[in-house]
Amino acid sequence: MSASYLLHLADNALILGQRNAEWCGHGPVLEEDIAMANNSLDLIGQARLLYQRAAELVGHGATEDSLAYFRDVPDFLNYTLLELPHSNALLPTASSERDFATTIVRNFLYSAFMVLVWDKLQKSHDSQLAAIAAKSLKEVRYHLRHARDWLVRMGDGTPESHTRAQNALHHLFSYTQEFWTPSAHETAACQSGMGIDSVSLQADWNAIVDQALQDATLSRPAAGGFVSTGKQAVHSEHLGFVLADMQSLARAHPTATW
Amino acid sequence: MSTPSTPPPLKEWPLWEVFVRSKQGLEHKHCGSLHASDAPHALQMARDVYTRRQEGVSIWVAPSRAISASEPNDKPEFFEPSGDKVYRHPTFYDIPKEVGHM
Repeated sequence: MSASYLLHLADNALILGQRNAEWCGHGPVLEEDIAMANNSLDLIGQARLLYQRAAELVGHGATEDSLAYFRDVPDFLNYTLLELPHSNALLPTASSERDFATTIVRNFLYSAFMVLVWDKLQKSHDSQLAAIAAKSLKEVRYHLRHARDWLVRMGDGTPESHTRAQNALHHLFSYTQEFWTPSAHETAACQSGMGIDSVSLQADWNAIVDQALQDATLSRPAAGGFVSTGKQAVHSEHLGFVLADMQSLARAHPTATW
Repeated sequence: MSTPSTPPPLKEWPLWEVFVRSKQGLEHKHCGSLHASDAPHALQMARDVYTRRQEGVSIWVAPSRAISASEPNDKPEFFEPSGDKVYRHPTFYDIPKEVGHM
């Protein structure tokens, strides 16, 4: 159970890191291209540390690489929010231009949450997880600052950027309900002292989000309807495509070293 | 949203010069330039573009248009007269060993 909690945290970081890396070479401006790659490398670095710790608990010869590259969709425990493409709602087989507003809104909603999560996890009874949390907190504080800054610029920018940011909020906001819906592995980790009760963070998250939306002249959509279940390993159709992209090289050359 | 009283949206971001201090006690050194919409934005971009490899502990940014530069054509009168005045370099006395690196 405690391995599942670590895998949940690791999968979150890896999948969002992989998604944000899709901007590499395609950023709206050179500087932003580099910023997004930095963000991805932070997240993938967090994922590595978390997988290394999880591998110790999983045993049976598991490694950070086997956990990242040789698990399938029904094994991944990331939030559904993080696997969605950089666009409005889309069929998995359809393609669309990447929308930077969607990227920014997702990074904002998630990093506003993770700033609170990592802060609390610094007191985890698992000393390795506590150390990872302390390192990750610094990184995610910058991610939040970067995303919030862009959110305000877009919302308080041109009619086009405002509309895109508002549309992205409407599309993504309901997926944040998953933050506040505990899974069995989270409850168990919370009881053991390794994890935290994420529901207790909701008021602080609301305050961060509401202040930013106010500064950005954007309106907060009502969250409702279907509550996504990615962290319980029941995913959207999009995750399979992410994994295919991410894992194909490692699976084609399973014994390769570099 | 833009209103009639606000300036029109920027089509091109202005250029900024970036200065990074590599560690406490050293001076800020010019390391490059970038495009950004305003000063806070330029600072964030400079952080991402120029300090990824632990290059710095402090960043300055300044609008490029605020910098006045010497003209290449001024080189003969600006710089060449100092070429034959080696006595201006403090190299004509011995530094005691105890002083160490200066």
